[in-house]
Amino acid sequence: MFSNLLIYFVVIPLLMLAGFAICKNVRQVRAVAVVGSILLMGLSAWVLCDYLTERAAGATAEMLMRADYTWFAPLNIKLSVGVDGISIAMLILSSIIVFAGSFASWKIDDARHFFMWLILLSTGVYGFFISIDLFTMFMFYEVALIPMYLLIGVWGTGRKEYSAMKLTLMLMGGSAFLMLSLIGIYFHSAPEGQPLTWNILEIARNVEETQCISKGWQYFLFPMCFVGFGVLGAMFPFHTWSPDGHACAPTAVSMLHAGVLMKLGGYGCFRVAMYLMPQAANDLAWIFLILTGISVVYGAFSACVQTDLKYINAYSSVSHCGMVLFAILMINTTALTGAIMQMLSHGLMTALFFALIGMIYGRTHTRDIRLMGGLMKILPFLGVGYVIAGMASLGLPGLSGFVAEMTIFVGSFEHTDMFHRVFTIVACCSIVITAVYILRTVGKLLFGPVFDPHHAELTDASWWERLSTITLIVSVAAIGCFPNFFESLIRFTFSPEIFRAIGLN
Amino acid sequence: MELTILWYLIPSLLMFCCGVYGFITRKNMIAMLISLELMLNAVDINFVVFNRFLFPGELEGMFFTLFAIALAAAETALAIAIIINVFRISEKIDVDDVTKMKY
Amino acid sequence: MEPVIPIIILALPLAMFLVLGLCGHKMAHRTAGILGTLGMGVTMVLAYITAFTYFFSGAPEFINAEGVRLQYVVFNPEWLSFYKDLAIKIGFLLDPISALLLVVITTISFMVHLYSNGYMRDHHGVWETGFQRFYAFLSLFSFSMLGLVVATNIFQMYIFWELVGASSYLLIGFYYTKPSAVSASKKAFIVTRFADLGFLIGILILSFYTGTFEFTDFTSVNVGKDTFAIDMSAPTAILAKFTSSPAPMFLGGSVLTWALVLIFMGGMGKSAMMPLHIWLPDAMEGPTPVSALIHAATMVVAGVYLVARLFPLYLMEETALNIITVVGALTAFYAAMVACTQVDIKRVLAFSTISQIAFMMVSLGVARPEFHHGLGYMAGMFHLFTHAMFKALLFLCAGALIHAIGSNDYTAMHGLRKYMPITHISFLIGCLAIAGIIPFAGFFSKDEILTAVFGHSIFWYIWMSAVAGLTAFYMFRLYYLIFWWKEHKIPEGHHAPHDQPWTMTLPLVILAIVSCVAGFVPFGNLVTWNGHPMFESVNFFTNLTALDWSVAAISLSVAVIAILIATVMYKKENPLPDKMKNALPRLWDWCYHRFYWDELYMFITHKIIFGCICKPIAWFDRHIIDGTMDGFAWVTQRLSFAIRGLQSGNIQFYVWVYLFGVVLLGAITAICLL
Repeated sequence: MFSNLLIYFVVIPLLMLAGFAICKNVRQVRAVAVVGSILLMGLSAWVLCDYLTERAAGATAEMLMRADYTWFAPLNIKLSVGVDGISIAMLILSSIIVFAGSFASWKIDDARHFFMWLILLSTGVYGFFISIDLFTMFMFYEVALIPMYLLIGVWGTGRKEYSAMKLTLMLMGGSAFLMLSLIGIYFHSAPEGQPLTWNILEIARNVEETQCISKGWQYFLFPMCFVGFGVLGAMFPFHTWSPDGHACAPTAVSMLHAGVLMKLGGYGCFRVAMYLMPQAANDLAWIFLILTGISVVYGAFSACVQTDLKYINAYSSVSHCGMVLFAILMINTTALTGAIMQMLSHGLMTALFFALIGMIYGRTHTRDIRLMGGLMKILPFLGVGYVIAGMASLGLPGLSGFVAEMTIFVGSFEHTDMFHRVFTIVACCSIVITAVYILRTVGKLLFGPVFDPHHAELTDASWWERLSTITLIVSVAAIGCFPNFFESLIRFTFSPEIFRAIGLN
Repeated sequence: MELTILWYLIPSLLMFCCGVYGFITRKNMIAMLISLELMLNAVDINFVVFNRFLFPGELEGMFFTLFAIALAAAETALAIAIIINVFRISEKIDVDDVTKMKY
Repeated sequence: MEPVIPIIILALPLAMFLVLGLCGHKMAHRTAGILGTLGMGVTMVLAYITAFTYFFSGAPEFINAEGVRLQYVVFNPEWLSFYKDLAIKIGFLLDPISALLLVVITTISFMVHLYSNGYMRDHHGVWETGFQRFYAFLSLFSFSMLGLVVATNIFQMYIFWELVGASSYLLIGFYYTKPSAVSASKKAFIVTRFADLGFLIGILILSFYTGTFEFTDFTSVNVGKDTFAIDMSAPTAILAKFTSSPAPMFLGGSVLTWALVLIFMGGMGKSAMMPLHIWLPDAMEGPTPVSALIHAATMVVAGVYLVARLFPLYLMEETALNIITVVGALTAFYAAMVACTQVDIKRVLAFSTISQIAFMMVSLGVARPEFHHGLGYMAGMFHLFTHAMFKALLFLCAGALIHAIGSNDYTAMHGLRKYMPITHISFLIGCLAIAGIIPFAGFFSKDEILTAVFGHSIFWYIWMSAVAGLTAFYMFRLYYLIFWWKEHKIPEGHHAPHDQPWTMTLPLVILAIVSCVAGFVPFGNLVTWNGHPMFESVNFFTNLTALDWSVAAISLSVAVIAILIATVMYKKENPLPDKMKNALPRLWDWCYHRFYWDELYMFITHKIIFGCICKPIAWFDRHIIDGTMDGFAWVTQRLSFAIRGLQSGNIQFYVWVYLFGVVLLGAITAICLL
């Protein structure tokens, strides 16, 4: 059972949970959190190396490190694990953000319970990315959602109960659709007379070979599945949990939520909705393309007039995550690669943003940009970090946002018809709007004279805050400077099957 | 005149109906409890009678009745305890007045 | 050629940026300054070596047997691959214009690095706060600009294009506690970003149809390993790809024209062409050395460089070139008019820069291979070179004046020629050069441009000559107002203004000397649109002998007349300027307020974009979308309140319902059985 490397992505967090249970004081809790998250980072690096070695040695299977553990034989539910480049990218992203998040919540109240829920959440996230069985995937998805309610409801700020409730209910609503469509997929997962399966790879093969999910069923199931995951990916008009939820969440939760959890949506849209129902995806993409195209500019325009730092960033996430779904719907290798890059990039930079916002809020006790100003002089480290995050967000070359967006644009432009062209150009326009709201925020928050004389006595970042910030900045810069490594890691995984099935490429 | 099964069932039915009537018309909890007891005892009688007439050699019905009597005693004790507590808190034992724990 | 030196040219400024940016605050100010300057000095020397090797070594990869200069790709590794063979590469392309720009950028950058050692401290020798940061940003800018000019492909250019934009943003906003500097930097970034959107879409169109980003694929043919020669067959093939595509026309223009015009839009943003020029005057909020480096000599000519880089492709679409000409000519005239009325010396210089860059644009716009081997192209590049030198000189002089006086306003200066002789002479040389007086640098380049325009169209020739006259007028107006006119009394206890320390005067002297002699560089044999030399023989006076003297004589006399008018009006205090102003009050007002472009932009951005788009969308989101979601919750809640009465908890009610049910069921059963 424990010979497979991937299973440790679930085992380590569970051990950490046990560790928290026996911790006696905050120091021990921190120690467990730090050791655990370092182990997880190391594990994801190890998995990456293993994966690359295997690929270099000529492994051509779609997923590597496969293993199956039967759970419930009558319904053929298994814990099936396996990774390809995309999941590895997501695992690396998650482990970095969990690491940074642990440091960002160094001084949280009631650290033990906070970390317990946080790590439970991350268990769900890791489990989701490693599993290729629809049932276990869905289970881990739910495991990742529920702790969010408590984390926001208990440790949040502002109208936390309302926001926690709203967030949870909307996401639950999404998962209701999702479950329906997953069950629908299950009952069509194999041609007549053969045993049904939850395994994504088998379903995909069956769909390709025998068309076991008929076109009619695909038309019915695809929208439900896409919307179900799309809610988590903050697709217009199901995004409103995001601003309120993020605004009330504690720092580390915002980081994890925007950084990783929203990626579950994009990942699911790709891995389940597009992958298993390619024909419907091809035929119905235009509906969602309109919605996501709206998301991209709509989020950006909304962010321009917000005054709360977290709201600005939440709307910016709507815009950027809209770009992810937008690119996924373009259904070609370049755009899909761009979508995954954008997930990585957005995850890291938005986590950086939320970390910095949390640190600033912890000092000034306000997030209203009208009540702050000139913080660069007082908090130079946080200020510089914020500017770098902003630059990454508006797509400065050398940081991660640029490579992701450019890949998406180049990929989207491959479609020659007017409809796709127009939406690509609309999406391109967001780079200008992004510049507007980022520079507006940076200008008001960091530059200019010091607004509030009380702020003059604030102290700059402490070592754990620095560590958290620097980790994220280095990751953002690494993607931005050496994109080809990630690009090839992701690209290799795009099996031609999905495109063959819909007659593209 | 032979004592047929009806001689037993008709009083039991009357008892049960009294119980139902009392249960739905009385607002006093003690009175409702008494009505409940009436219904229970009516059912007990039925058990015994059916046992006696339909399966003369067997004792299941009798045992069941004994069991029900014991349960009824326990339940009455519990109910009275609750009623006393409610009375202590609210000085009332009308069901309509005890709404504190309602939505 | 070995790639070592080119790699160092790019890597050294980047390394300086990282070192100064990360560890700068721990260094002494002086160390940081010396380190930055030294780094740039080394880069400059290496760039000189590279350019010298390119132009004069005669190696077969640089020049072929017929004396045609070639394009040589020194290195070109892949950075980000998209599909098939479409990939962004980061490389180093050596050809006449990139070699030229290497020299220009490193020279000016080194001068500015040196100059800033003096400028960025006050009279008592106290360093500016953030001095190290300043040097870090300067290095970042130098790196980005060098990366831009040596770009082997249009996407690399876009990457560094964005980076220079960002470093410009950081440097304009260097005094970040000053709100005006912050808003100026924001404006600069957003306006150029908007232009870059056009650039990006242009790149996407171009790369989609051609399947490549490489400049060498657009304009040249391969003539050896990594060596290319500009040849019209390449752009013709590209044009054929566009015309044979399913939809070659879009909204009345060919798709290629659209692509080229959109790419030019990027150039308009960076090079401050109308109507995207509004950021440049505000960018003068940055420290003056920055204005000299970025907003006069190097970054703002990126647009010109971009057009020059794709020039053979532009030749395929007459319409695109005509658009460039018209935009350039209008901008040149507009900026010259505005420059005549401004009071802030840096603003005058900024508008003068806009006007001069527009000259270069016009020059490229009118250049045709049929006319004197594409004289306009050569003249544009020549003007780029000379303008960089004398405009940097003027800006650095302005910096010296501002440093000495403590104000940007010429009304605070007047009569400084006695106190600051070196600055005075340098500034005068700069003015003569820009006015186009023989034998200073501007004379040659500007007259070549005018010749090229003359060869294209008489109308634009007259137009541009008028602009040249205006240029001479406003520069000498500025000169007289600063150095002549009546002196201000020096208040008791204050030092008289004086020349600045050697770190500041040395660059002035060097640049002044360059401005005197740069015109004699036989440019026609070094930089031409296709690498073919223009002259048979070359000596120091080639340019003089090759001039079209009829054009030169006219423009020279126009310049002299303009200078004479300026002398009459501004040498001594007199009522003439006021009379002029009162004679044409409306015109003066419009010029003084820069034709209200800023107000128009304010209206569009604040009233329309913020007021009519962003705010309604935010409102819509909070009240309609979010309201709908809350509405669902509200409806659910109301419904549950509405039916909660049924769950009364009243057991007697339950029993009634139960009894009713039993009776009903019994009745139904009875009916069914009967």
